[in-house]
Amino acid sequence: MYNFEYHKPTSVADAAALLAKADDAKLMAGGMTLLPTLKQRLAQPSDVIDLGGIAGLAGIRKEGNALVVGAMTTHAAVAHSAEVKATIPALAHLAGMIGDPQVRHRGTIGGSIANNDPAADYPGALVALGATVTTNKRTIAADQFFTGLFETALDAGEIVQSVSFPVPEKAAYTKFRNPASRYAIVGSFVAKGPSGVRVAITGAGPTVFRWKEAEAALAGSFTPAAVEKLTAPSSGLNSDIHASAEYRAHLVGVMTKRAVAAAG
Amino acid sequence: MASTVTMTVNGKSVTGAVEARTLLVHFLRETLGLTGTHVGCDTSQCGACVVHVDGKSVKSCTILAVQCAGADVMTIEGLAKDGTLHPMQEAFRDNHGLQCGFCTPGMVMSAVDLAKHNPAPSEQEVREWLEGNLCRCTGYHNIVKSVIAGAKAMQG
Repeated sequence: MYNFEYHKPTSVADAAALLAKADDAKLMAGGMTLLPTLKQRLAQPSDVIDLGGIAGLAGIRKEGNALVVGAMTTHAAVAHSAEVKATIPALAHLAGMIGDPQVRHRGTIGGSIANNDPAADYPGALVALGATVTTNKRTIAADQFFTGLFETALDAGEIVQSVSFPVPEKAAYTKFRNPASRYAIVGSFVAKGPSGVRVAITGAGPTVFRWKEAEAALAGSFTPAAVEKLTAPSSGLNSDIHASAEYRAHLVGVMTKRAVAAAG
Repeated sequence: MASTVTMTVNGKSVTGAVEARTLLVHFLRETLGLTGTHVGCDTSQCGACVVHVDGKSVKSCTILAVQCAGADVMTIEGLAKDGTLHPMQEAFRDNHGLQCGFCTPGMVMSAVDLAKHNPAPSEQEVREWLEGNLCRCTGYHNIVKSVIAGAKAMQG
């Protein structure tokens, strides 16, 4: 790992000021992606700004008909939260399937979505549930947040503070895991809620996307049978040593059908 | 640029010089001489480096020493008390939960964390919890037996 200047600000404003001042700073949430990246010398930031010292960025609360999860809330905290299990159990289930217990003790929702790994789990939840991301500058709808491979709508000086999930009527997440990394080869998050029926697919393409054809079918009948005959197109999907685009397209259908069954 | 970091390790306050990039595992092993915590894969996969930070198991190869300033860190060396093995260590010995032993410190630290919030884990729960701890010798069977026995013994 190349060396860097380390900072641990105690407020979002201080973190933003440090970010603006440094040559090439990186924000660090849980560090579960950033530290391995630095160890492989795939990045050489001048400064690392640790968000772990900012009080109030972690925590889960109910706000009206929405569940608000602070950016520094760990996957373990979401997975074990009584509030999450009671309101959006699919979200707790998703968080409990990320990585392994030690990774879940450090990794955060804010870090996951800001990194936008194509195989990450959380982007599926945000898009399917019609979540809203609050930063230190504005709010961004999930549909506009994830823009491409490891790319988001966040500006250079923008810091994720929380994610607000409207509570759905029903939802479920099913993923076909890479047996070594536990990342999603394909994950399907289905939800029936305030913004209608949504099906968000992660792992399959360069970034999370909505499978509109399945959404239309499920809007008519929210049953596994409604998506049984659908085939997701394989064009534009990822192809690598783990799975071809055609196999991923097949898994999109299978995972979606299973998710609908799990949502009940 | 070097700075100093102070944290509690196995109940004692320790201070040492570190670079910003120094990983916790290197601080423990090289600065403090606590070589029970192992570096296996160094890519946060294998779990040989698992320690507790503020009561939670983490991979010490994927956390900076400076992030742990003021934290309470427990390593495998902190488990035995006055020459008596911790019940989880004893269970690994009784059930022959190891062969070469390289992964054992991480296995034990991970298992102790599991037992703290799940005092009677099922075999399935143990296997799922140990997802982040790799053993290349045993095939896990006796490790799982050890963790179940150790969790039971920890309840006294």
